[in-house]
Amino acid sequence: MGLFVQQIVNGLALGSIYALIALGYTMVYGIIRLINFAHGDIYMIGAFVGYFALTTFNLPFGVSLVLAMLIPAILGMLIERVAYRPLRKSPSIAVLITAIGVSLLIENLAILWFSPDPRPFPQIFPNMPLDFFGIKISIPQIIVFLTSVALMIALNFLVQKTKIGKAMRAVSQDKEAASLMGIDTDRIISLTFAIGSALAGAAGVMVGVIYPRIQPLMGVMPGLKAFVSAVLGGIGSIPGAMLGGLIMGLTESLVTALISSTWRDAIAFGLLIVILLVKPSGILGKSTREKV
Amino acid sequence: MTENQNILEANSLTMSFGGLTAVANLSFCLRKGELVGLIGPNGAGKTTVFNMLTGVYAPTEGSILLNQGDKKQAISGLPPYKITQKGIARTFQNIRLFNKLSVLDNVRIAFHFSRSYSMFHSFFLTPLFWREEKKITADATELLALLRLEERKNDLAKNLSYGEMRRLEIARALATHPQILLLDEPAAGMNPQETEELSELINLIREKFSLTILLIEHDMSLVMKLCEKIMVLDYGMMIASGTPEEICHSKRVIEAYLGEEV
Repeated sequence: MGLFVQQIVNGLALGSIYALIALGYTMVYGIIRLINFAHGDIYMIGAFVGYFALTTFNLPFGVSLVLAMLIPAILGMLIERVAYRPLRKSPSIAVLITAIGVSLLIENLAILWFSPDPRPFPQIFPNMPLDFFGIKISIPQIIVFLTSVALMIALNFLVQKTKIGKAMRAVSQDKEAASLMGIDTDRIISLTFAIGSALAGAAGVMVGVIYPRIQPLMGVMPGLKAFVSAVLGGIGSIPGAMLGGLIMGLTESLVTALISSTWRDAIAFGLLIVILLVKPSGILGKSTREKV
Repeated sequence: MTENQNILEANSLTMSFGGLTAVANLSFCLRKGELVGLIGPNGAGKTTVFNMLTGVYAPTEGSILLNQGDKKQAISGLPPYKITQKGIARTFQNIRLFNKLSVLDNVRIAFHFSRSYSMFHSFFLTPLFWREEKKITADATELLALLRLEERKNDLAKNLSYGEMRRLEIARALATHPQILLLDEPAAGMNPQETEELSELINLIREKFSLTILLIEHDMSLVMKLCEKIMVLDYGMMIASGTPEEICHSKRVIEAYLGEEV
């Protein structure tokens, strides 16, 4: 029982990272119906920005985290502007293939610039487990979970209450009608990429905090799993991405502990197959809207 | 601005899609405060005219000039959001509300661009943010009350009745503070009672917001009753324009349109 609860704690910490990445997938999909395969690599860039800010520039953690959100945000907007916007009217397959191309480009540039060798992410928080009735929760885990939850609350507020958020929801439902309400749709799409990428960048730092090893291809697997999380929760749905990420994290950590770590990825992706068979629109997804 | 000044001038507008010319060499003016009907058989190019005026399509040829105060500016080819910001709003023939948003949010979105608090204020929740959001909500509620939608403001747009959806479309268009309002078949699918109410509503908002209105409509009784001037399109060309009286007696119109309809 103790082990089980312990794994739930670990799973929540990991899951909140998946949730942060999954939000970017789901927001971009919601607004332009694109699976942005370069998203996992933006998460990797976030981790590296955090790494350089903390080591080379010796900045405090808070500042590093902000930088690790800001730079990926700019990168995300740049990618959208250069690679996706010119294809706005092209068939979606063209954009999808471009996204894969962008992903490979970023990965290989990162290998070139940062070298393919793994680097140790600096440990700023003492890895001292706190004991709560026999359940060990480490300080990094607490930091990761709380930061992620705070970011998700902020995102929810932004989407629900502010004019940017309302414009995003309007654009995702009907671009043309939105632009006829005075909304600059290109700007809103650009902002969506920025916000999604900033969250991925934050996730990059978070993962460095609990699994202190970063390398240029670190975004591939978490990127795919976050994508599965987004589909699991219902792609296009923001609460769905949060829920999907947590389920993914919990599943992984429970499978590792109770079955075997070799089954971890198989079961994670098996989950995708099951959800596509049982409820293709995802847990919180709405069935495809009918056109009138 | 004098009553008789042209607020909008369209000069030899042409819109071709590949080999198909949807609108050919169309010129017309709208005077400030006027209510003009745009009629014609299905496929005559009426909605294409709306799409050019609102920037959804850039005209293949020709220009659209908007008069504001003393300055005259070309708006043809501008993106839709800029044209909306300059004061042209529209409703859609096939209703296009933001279905998954509440009635209130549908209107608030349209209010947003005119209240300019920057992103900074959204991120840091400054007093300005709260003040502006409160003002927007108050304005939106007032507008909904005018269109008799206040009771439904927290419902999702998709749950409204058909007539309510049409009214919400008008509310949403009004929220962008237009000078010119383009109504695309607002009475489609309404019963005579609702159509009657709609025509009162159009007169009311025209007065209250001093609007210039261009109306596409198939309901002839409504057009004849409301409009001071009517333009008739057929195969993308203007075949007649004038007062309702004149249009009723125009032989070309009866041939092209009224004759076939009944």
